[in-house]
Amino acid sequence: MKPGLFRRRRPQAVDQYGAPGRGSGTLISAVTIVVLLGGWWIVTQLGLIRPLFLPAPEMVIAKFAKIACTEHYFERLLVAVGGLAEVEAKCHGFSDHTLHEHILWSLYRVFSAFALATVTAVPIGISMGMSRHARGVFDPPIEFYRPIPPLAYLPLTIIWFGIGESGKLFLIFLACFAPIAINARAGVRSVSIEQIHAAYSMGASHGQVLRQVVLKAALPEILTGMRVAIAFGWTTLVAAEMVAAKAGIGVMVLNAARFLATDIVFLGIIVIGAVAFVFDLIMRRVERALVPWKGRM
Amino acid sequence: MTTVVSLDRVTVEFPAVDGEGVVRALDTVSLEFRDNEFVVALGASGCGKTTLLNVIAGFLQPTSGKILHRDEPIRGPGSDRGVVFQKHALLPWLNVLENTAFGLKLQGVARDERLSRARDYLALVGLSDFERYPVYQLSGGMQQRVGLARALTCDPDMLLMDEPLGALDAFTRENMQELVLDAWSKTRKVVFFITHSVEEALFMATRLIVMSPRPGRITHTYDIDFSRRFFETGNARQVKSSPEFIALREEVLSIIYGEETGDAQP
Ligand SMILES: Nc1ncnc2c1ncn2[C@@H]1O[C@H](COP(=O)(O)OP(=O)(O)O)[C@@H](O)[C@H]1O
Ligand SMILES: [Mg+2]
Repeated sequence: MKPGLFRRRRPQAVDQYGAPGRGSGTLISAVTIVVLLGGWWIVTQLGLIRPLFLPAPEMVIAKFAKIACTEHYFERLLVAVGGLAEVEAKCHGFSDHTLHEHILWSLYRVFSAFALATVTAVPIGISMGMSRHARGVFDPPIEFYRPIPPLAYLPLTIIWFGIGESGKLFLIFLACFAPIAINARAGVRSVSIEQIHAAYSMGASHGQVLRQVVLKAALPEILTGMRVAIAFGWTTLVAAEMVAAKAGIGVMVLNAARFLATDIVFLGIIVIGAVAFVFDLIMRRVERALVPWKGRM
Repeated sequence: MTTVVSLDRVTVEFPAVDGEGVVRALDTVSLEFRDNEFVVALGASGCGKTTLLNVIAGFLQPTSGKILHRDEPIRGPGSDRGVVFQKHALLPWLNVLENTAFGLKLQGVARDERLSRARDYLALVGLSDFERYPVYQLSGGMQQRVGLARALTCDPDMLLMDEPLGALDAFTRENMQELVLDAWSKTRKVVFFITHSVEEALFMATRLIVMSPRPGRITHTYDIDFSRRFFETGNARQVKSSPEFIALREEVLSIIYGEETGDAQP
């Protein structure tokens, strides 16, 4: 068979006359990033802005080394491989914890809440798509709380759950729940009636249609919902950690702000941005691996 | 010849779009499908062809009338009546072979067994070399061949096809007509095939039913054998350009156009 019989794997990006947004923007983005970072460096180097308001990049990097205890861990590594007798560099971290402990605490909170939201919101969203009863029950509460900013119901979670871990998880859980449920519900609609009819006319039961057709067809949108949810969860993290948390990236930023340690605030913000970016990258990879047909059928 | 499916004065009504009264999509249609027949329904849009197919498939219950499959009333869809759709019916998360074996999987057939049976039908539609391909990488014609193989793999009594070639380009379409006829002659199913194309209908049918809208009903029936001539000569163009074929084509066209102008000037 000739390869010409196949559709192209990906539609070619043709530079057509009048096509909106044609051409690649990557180079321009690179230039933008360089200009921003360069501008930051120059402005601080010339002393145009006081470090309290805008710390120099090298200050932020130095703080990173200090809080992450890079030297301490490097020496421990050397000791482990036998290159050094004993560890001398001290490790203080910030707010009693090193950077990686802060990050791990935050990851633990975001991921537990996200996992909890996924296992509850997917079945509820699917049932909302499949049955008018479930839709009637779940639609009002979800649509009601969805647009409320988490900071507004933060006091309520404190009253209900106290200042322990469960209140923080609940807050992040709520932020993750709605996007997953809504996308799962929308995903049900992406199954075509022909696919369902085909399954029934090959002897499928209702349960088989649900598990082997509807759920699979909804998977791309469920994953989109999860991607949005993890971003929401990460956004809500700082609010959740405002209340009596000992460790966490959010705690680190809030405490640093109290001491006007702007370099640590910057560091925290950069870490939050970087982790969120990595999440998104991973979710995209997962998407490409699990639903390669997305948008192609 | 045994009767596989029979419809007795079947009527289907839908609520009208404007909310008042009903649309009679089928009006007391009686029809029998006998062993090894290739029945083609032809007619303008909205004359009830899809409704008729949905009733036979069991997707739709008639408002009145009886519909029997081997003397048992049809109450819903089942694997004894396979359906091939115009498009959007394959499962993109499964490859060509898994799509073809999907019906057997639903029925709980063991993996090796179902894959080997699916391979037989993929060979029948000429897709043996593509069993590992994702379906979304296939051309439209090849996707329809997967749809046909999938329906055949369940070994139904009857094959229902709603404009299966309607979305294909003219060249692919003519090839597919021969492929469907070939599959039919080898598997001996009863086929109910819907089309818009008069030429396709005449070429493929052993019985042609011409339908007419408002209310949907069968106005003409022809017993024809152009497909048999094609099997004898193997030359589709020769069959389609024979004087008898052209004469009948003009007759059917005049029926269809006659109705349309008749409708326009009541
Ligand atoms: N689900 C439905 N609800 C209301 N009217 C319908 C429905 N399905 C079909 N109809 C009407 O029934 C008539 C026949 O439709 P259909 O069987 O789809 O025709 P065809 O397949 O020949 O184009 C049309 O007038 C159509 O508008
Ligand atoms: Mg139709």
